[in-house]
Amino acid sequence: MTEATYKRPESLAKREFSYCPGCHHGIIHRLVAETIDELSIREKTLMVAPVGCSVFAYEFFDVDGTVAPHGRAPAVATGMKRSLPDRVVFTYQGDGDLAAIGTAEIVHAANRGEKITTIFVNNAIYGMTGGQMAPTTLLGMKTTTSPYGRKSETEGFPLHVSELLKETAGIVYLERVAVSSPQEVRKAKAAIKKAFTVQLKGLGFAMVEVLSTCPTNWGLSPVESIKWLNENMKKEYPLGVFVDKVGDLK
Amino acid sequence: MVKGNEAMAEAAVRAGCRLYFGYPITPQSEFTEYMARRMPQIEGVFLQSESEVAAVNMVYGAACTGNRVMTSTSSPGFSLMQEGVSYIAGAMLPTVFVNVVRGGPGLGDIQPAQSDYFQATKGGAHGDYHLIVLAPGSIQESVDLMEDAFRMADEYRMPVLILADGMLGQMMEPVEFPEFVKLEGINDHSAWALRGATGREANKVTSFDIDPVNLEKMNMFIQEIYKRVKAREVRYEAIGLEDAEYMLVGYGTMGRILGSVVKLARSKGIKVGLFRPITLWPFPYAELKKAAEGVKTILTVEMSMGQMVEDVRLAVEGSVPVQFYGRTGGMVPTPDEVLAELLKHV
Repeated sequence: MTEATYKRPESLAKREFSYCPGCHHGIIHRLVAETIDELSIREKTLMVAPVGCSVFAYEFFDVDGTVAPHGRAPAVATGMKRSLPDRVVFTYQGDGDLAAIGTAEIVHAANRGEKITTIFVNNAIYGMTGGQMAPTTLLGMKTTTSPYGRKSETEGFPLHVSELLKETAGIVYLERVAVSSPQEVRKAKAAIKKAFTVQLKGLGFAMVEVLSTCPTNWGLSPVESIKWLNENMKKEYPLGVFVDKVGDLK
Repeated sequence: MVKGNEAMAEAAVRAGCRLYFGYPITPQSEFTEYMARRMPQIEGVFLQSESEVAAVNMVYGAACTGNRVMTSTSSPGFSLMQEGVSYIAGAMLPTVFVNVVRGGPGLGDIQPAQSDYFQATKGGAHGDYHLIVLAPGSIQESVDLMEDAFRMADEYRMPVLILADGMLGQMMEPVEFPEFVKLEGINDHSAWALRGATGREANKVTSFDIDPVNLEKMNMFIQEIYKRVKAREVRYEAIGLEDAEYMLVGYGTMGRILGSVVKLARSKGIKVGLFRPITLWPFPYAELKKAAEGVKTILTVEMSMGQMVEDVRLAVEGSVPVQFYGRTGGMVPTPDEVLAELLKHV
């Protein structure tokens, strides 16, 4: 007898992703969908997609969903959650969306302890618009709007969102993870599952920052991109738990 | 005696509004404060947002669930909300806005004005869209229109704007409130609302479609709704137009002042009538043209340097001369001042 040990999660819609080869959005989508399946919350989950590469995320998850204006997903999710407090509401946002134009919305949603979950995908660049500099772009990194490399004198420094948010009192669980090895994928899954469980228990705001590659706009192969992420992004953005006020939820 | 801002807020509660998101701004802050007190009493939701940008997006999120939701603001705040208004129009979300207009442009001042007419009626944000725009001329009328505002938002799945001004927001008048609306059966949005895909396909609410063929279809669907609104919802008030040789046109607070001008002019033997549009979108073009038949001159008066007057001219299509008088920056014309202006054209 053979048994299926790996299949498409119920919460992922049966359609092709629009992501480039080697991009980590696909893995992260899968981890979120597996979490929704395992917690049996597909029928009561509302998702808010951002503007950026993951703008189609509302179509990729087989749950009720919408697309927020650029950066406003935490405010949209707030409106949903306040209207229907017994539903599960999550935002899925990139670093251009969350760390630049949407800075105010994420800080205040976190500070209010809004009972929503945010999945924050940080690839240090604007993907959808063609590889422009993001607030998270590393110093020296070349993008189409920092063609000579990002300089702190003129473009400022990489913004550390998790380090910034950990000071807000309403956030109860915050972890930065990566998905560039099987071990990291397992840790990322555990973090995402915990961030949703926090919401189910009504404990406050939870966010997981996931470091991701962008082979297309970094100008590297998928394998080189993982190497670059491991050698450069993790130095700038160290993995780890920044806030855990909830402990073991099992 | 109730202050206009508070009267409108209570009317919204009675019209079934159960969620309010807002940000303080003069001259509408009493609206926000009233909702802060009132919503907990009816197990509703009040939340003070970090900005008008956030407020309109909270409204978007709550509207996605199909529950009655609103916000109120004043001119600079409504400018900040424009992005969200466009998304709400595109995503076809039933929502109600109140703009208690103050003097502009920029920071302007906090006195009553009508200088946001273009923004309200011609599309203040990007894209092919409209709001239904209601312009009450008194506090009682603003209360009476509130139930209609929520009804239209639900029925047409579109944003409705009550365009008030600092005078309507700040003054106090006796008001009769309607009974509480019973919502059962009149705002059933279960076919499209986001409430969790229990035993059905997942619902998607969006203003987005990457394929121009589909986006055009989506936009044309909305245009069909606009046609229905134009056919059914046009409102105006006509006073003394049966034998009028001169016609005044004004809306909101200015329309009310023009009512006094009609009496003043008639006491001097001048046959003057008033046409007061109540829906600014859809604008009563045909009704105004008909009312202007046989009139020698139209004088449009606004608390702006001339915005609605463009629609008045479009309505009469050159059949009657259209004059304009306006004050700006928060100045409110008096009846005597308007009468003196009218006499120049008699």
